[in-house]
Amino acid sequence: MKFNIASFGAGLLFGFGLLVSGMANPEKVLGFLDIAGQWDPSLAFVMGGAVLVGLFAFTIARKRTLSFLGFNMRLPESDRPDKRLVLGSVLFGAGWGLAGFCPGPGLVALGAGETGALVFVVAMVAGMGIFEVIEKNRVAN
Amino acid sequence: MVDIAWENFTPWSALAGGIIIGLSAAAFILLNGRIAGISGIIGGLLTPRKTDILWRVAFLAGMIAAPLLWMMTADLPPIEIKASYPLLVISGLLVGIGTRYGSGCTSGHGVCGLSRLSARSLIATLTFMAVGFGTVYIVRHLVTGA
Repeated sequence: MKFNIASFGAGLLFGFGLLVSGMANPEKVLGFLDIAGQWDPSLAFVMGGAVLVGLFAFTIARKRTLSFLGFNMRLPESDRPDKRLVLGSVLFGAGWGLAGFCPGPGLVALGAGETGALVFVVAMVAGMGIFEVIEKNRVAN
Repeated sequence: MVDIAWENFTPWSALAGGIIIGLSAAAFILLNGRIAGISGIIGGLLTPRKTDILWRVAFLAGMIAAPLLWMMTADLPPIEIKASYPLLVISGLLVGIGTRYGSGCTSGHGVCGLSRLSARSLIATLTFMAVGFGTVYIVRHLVTGA
């Protein structure tokens, strides 16, 4: 129960952060990605602010085996880049640059009642489903 | 030379929003021991394990509730979607497949991964940023000639 309440709270906070920062606005994101046009560098400050706080949090997290609510710390173990990481990030970057949406802002814009965000999120979940099917076949062969 | 759109430049709200996002990621790792990676949280629902469903739904519900709660007290900041529906479908498919194949997106690799000083996440972030810049360049300056 504690775990789920904390999850809801973290999701809510994340959503507020995306709204305050301007990340939830695809046109703002595209303005950031358009270096050759009228460039709006604002969103570099989003990543900067988030990582600034994150550095402290993960420094503490790394030293613990249990979270402050008593759950196991689940930090990723692998740190070796591979082909899948790069290829996946290429596909993601292309999708991000086409419409200005990444997963979080898509959800927030959906909550705001934007039809375009609904289209994006449904297609994104379908894409994730396609990935699962491909993975299942790969493992089966 | 880079031509900066000063009239659109909002460093303070961007920084404030970034700090809030950082606090969310901090709360999630320090309270629940989990990485706040949105694509991973959604993707995990497609191959669900019993104990694993509710917290994912709770997190995503929180994200979707954020604009609804906001609207109760203030006007939402602008959300301008200029992409056509077909383009949004293609974009969504690429984001869905890409983030699962690459194990993360702007939040998991960008925010949390860089905060963890992960080499994998640094490479992922540099890759999707570079391709994002490249894609916008192609769409806005080569294809449409704007």
